[in-house]
Amino acid sequence: MTYVKNRLRRTMMFVPGNNPAMIKDAGIYGADSIMLDLEDSVSLTEKDAARMLVYEAIKTVDFGGSEIVVRVNGQDTPFYDEDVKAMVKAGVDVIRLPKTESAAMIQKLVEDIEHWEDEFGIERGTIGVMAAIESAKGVLHAPEIAESTPLMMGLAVSGEDYTADMHTHRYPDGRELEFARNMVLQAARSADVYAFDTVFSNMKDTEGFYRETNYIHELGYDGKSLVNPRQIAMVNKVFNPTKEEIEDAQNVQNAIREAKAKGSGVISMNGKMVDKPVVEKATRVLQTAKASNLIDEEGNYIGE
Amino acid sequence: MEIKTTAVAGTLESSDIQIMISKGTNGIDIDLESEVKKTYGDQIKKVITDTLKAYGLENVKVKATDKGALDCVIKARTLAAAQRATETSDKPDLEVL
Amino acid sequence: MENNVKRQLPDDLMNELNLKPYETTDIGHPEEQRVAPKVRVTTGQDKVVDSLEQVIKDNLKDGMTISFHHHFRNGDFAFNKVMDLIIKLGYKDLTLAPSSLTGVMNDKIIEAIKKGVITNITSSGMRGSLGDFVSHGGLKNPVIFRSHGNRARSIEEGEIKIDVAFLGVPISDPAGNANGQEGDAVFGSLGYALMDAQYANKVVLLTDNIVPYPNTPASIKQDQVDYIVKVDKIGDPDKIGSGATRFTKDPKELKIAQMVNQVIVNSPYFKEGFSFQTGSGGAALAVTRYLRQAMIDKGITASFAVGGITKPTTDLLEEGLVRKVMDVQDFDKGAAASMAKNRNQQEIDASWYADPHNKGAVVNNLDVSILSALQIDTDFNVNVMTGSDGVIRGAVGGHQDSAAGAKMTIITAPLVRGRNATVVPSVETVVTPGSSIDVLVTERGIAINPARQDLIEAFKNVPGLQILDIKDLQKMAEKQVGVPKKLEYTDRTVALVEYRDGTVIDAIKEIKD
Repeated sequence: MTYVKNRLRRTMMFVPGNNPAMIKDAGIYGADSIMLDLEDSVSLTEKDAARMLVYEAIKTVDFGGSEIVVRVNGQDTPFYDEDVKAMVKAGVDVIRLPKTESAAMIQKLVEDIEHWEDEFGIERGTIGVMAAIESAKGVLHAPEIAESTPLMMGLAVSGEDYTADMHTHRYPDGRELEFARNMVLQAARSADVYAFDTVFSNMKDTEGFYRETNYIHELGYDGKSLVNPRQIAMVNKVFNPTKEEIEDAQNVQNAIREAKAKGSGVISMNGKMVDKPVVEKATRVLQTAKASNLIDEEGNYIGE
Repeated sequence: MEIKTTAVAGTLESSDIQIMISKGTNGIDIDLESEVKKTYGDQIKKVITDTLKAYGLENVKVKATDKGALDCVIKARTLAAAQRATETSDKPDLEVL
Repeated sequence: MENNVKRQLPDDLMNELNLKPYETTDIGHPEEQRVAPKVRVTTGQDKVVDSLEQVIKDNLKDGMTISFHHHFRNGDFAFNKVMDLIIKLGYKDLTLAPSSLTGVMNDKIIEAIKKGVITNITSSGMRGSLGDFVSHGGLKNPVIFRSHGNRARSIEEGEIKIDVAFLGVPISDPAGNANGQEGDAVFGSLGYALMDAQYANKVVLLTDNIVPYPNTPASIKQDQVDYIVKVDKIGDPDKIGSGATRFTKDPKELKIAQMVNQVIVNSPYFKEGFSFQTGSGGAALAVTRYLRQAMIDKGITASFAVGGITKPTTDLLEEGLVRKVMDVQDFDKGAAASMAKNRNQQEIDASWYADPHNKGAVVNNLDVSILSALQIDTDFNVNVMTGSDGVIRGAVGGHQDSAAGAKMTIITAPLVRGRNATVVPSVETVVTPGSSIDVLVTERGIAINPARQDLIEAFKNVPGLQILDIKDLQKMAEKQVGVPKKLEYTDRTVALVEYRDGTVIDAIKEIKD
């Protein structure tokens, strides 16, 4: 496995790192990314065992093409060093650092990763990093964190710890997270990295889940962190492009092809120049449409 | 490596295996309880034995209670138990992995 | 000798029992002579008796065949009450021929076998300690496993001759008009017991609830019944069926159910008036829920649902999405209660449901059947009888019958259970031949029987439906769990599994430990 900077990342499914049954089946649900957790879901006395289990799982389990992210324990814990070392050796795609509050923390993580890559004879740059933003400080430093390394994959808002830090808690309307969500997204976009929203853990409140997912999709988030495989289809549904969006994207692609055929560096559509963000958006839309089976091999629309 | 204490790793949940290891005198001696003992007993014992030997342990008593664990889980739990028994969990020897 | 699914059958036993090896699922048009029971004529004035012991003494002789039904499942009080007395009275060499056996009966049967009271068994299945006991050679003569349709056929054609049937019911009048729908221990349909009531030489009802004559609706009728024995309590209502059926939250089961739904909805059979059978497992119940939504979305209703019925199915009946429920047994309280109030929930007997040798059973009108499997092999042969350890722990049920009758038979199974592969190179025991299985749905993808090119064509462009060769699914499973060591058996046959026409599809050997 090797870290790929750009790929579809609508769903990041959390899987407790000390649970063999859940790890074994994690690959069957079609999550874009699977986050194996060594941190909050593992008790202090089981940190060593979870580390070994996640290591062996990465080496042998078929995760069905999902990107593999591991959340290691924080840099202020005695488990961090061994976690990073083992995950580098395992060949994980991305390491997620919890409680990130500064660029320096990410730079330390990258240094540590590179140290072990050298040690184990692994090429540098094959493992990406991501930052979980879980405090007021982290939110205010989001721009520098996002730009701290070329290996930065993305930023994730972690609502539980952040709201505690802010002397509040989660509310159904999400107003307490408004600033953090916007700040983190802004920082991610500005640095050209991915942005992930926090988990929604009340499985009984389907309506609330859709409300929140629609909201963060509107803001411009790339994906959402999930605690249950049943949420994957729901997120994908929200992130599905419309028929019109797909057709627009296909027109852009045709324009690109035409330009290439003509040997022209300028892409134009309906007499107007097509800018880079539009080209990138078209690629994203078509990638998502394909993953969600909204278009067939030839690009024909087959959605409902 | 030397076994300093009796140690346990793993749970009795489905798809897991609980490995208890203690000092032995006569090679690696495994007492295995498993619903798939008839079909996978030899394989489970082989994974445990190979893993312990790779960790440098020669004389070990093992009590293994299997709940349908895959080889990767058996290996991970055996390693965790070995690290705990040799009191090396803080700085485990990853060369054996 | 070898049969048509390449299973070695023991020549000596086959000859001794005059059995033929399985050849084909095709039943053809044989002409069969049915048998009729002996009737002891009476005006029926004195059927209600106090002493079960006296009834047994007056009617049972060594070497006879006795039968029971399994509609009370694990809430059954009738079986142990009767068997206690039979054991106490010192009977020998009886044949036990129930519709099936449930866990609460196990200890008593083992005791009866050890004392020589029971020397032969035919059943749909057995589980737990009894399965273990038989698999380890506890019963001298081989158990004969028969499907529900095959049992009906065997009774009609005299292969099973029931001397005395002991049938527990939650309600009866003093003449023997009884049903399963009223009283404390209701279980709904009496479908399997209706065969015994019709064909046994002596019919003994046991009930805790005798009401004034006439009791209607009468499933078992007064002209069939010899005795009614009043007992304190006939069953434990809480253990008869699962209480309120809960939909599974297991994401893997839901994923499988969703794929099954995709298969059904995209099949040529999903149109106005289609029919289906689902089981009672977690995935099967979830299929019913997805199917409901698909029917509403497409504006389609089903003509009927058949089989073991659960509340999610009777809910569809009440919603008008299913027009009729053809009900041979009910798996939960909701479905049982529904029978009492919905006239479109038709009680059917085992012959009507699934018998291969009649003038057309309900399964022959079936479009889609969703069935489970302990194992399925790369020839699509299904095992629902023995576990991966070779020990008996299942039942034929209606599996062979429904698979043979339905136009599309779907097997749902996780690729692996714990460390056991479900998709295997060769099943431990063939129960249902692969030629009657059309689609396998696992969490990693589906496989279609190569004989069904039409379905391969129908499903190949369904978005998101991963179609794999069943051999690839098998390899995928093997990669996860490894290659198991081959199980060791002795030469002794402990059970024969019949196909629905009475031929033998497989033999189960004594397991070596």
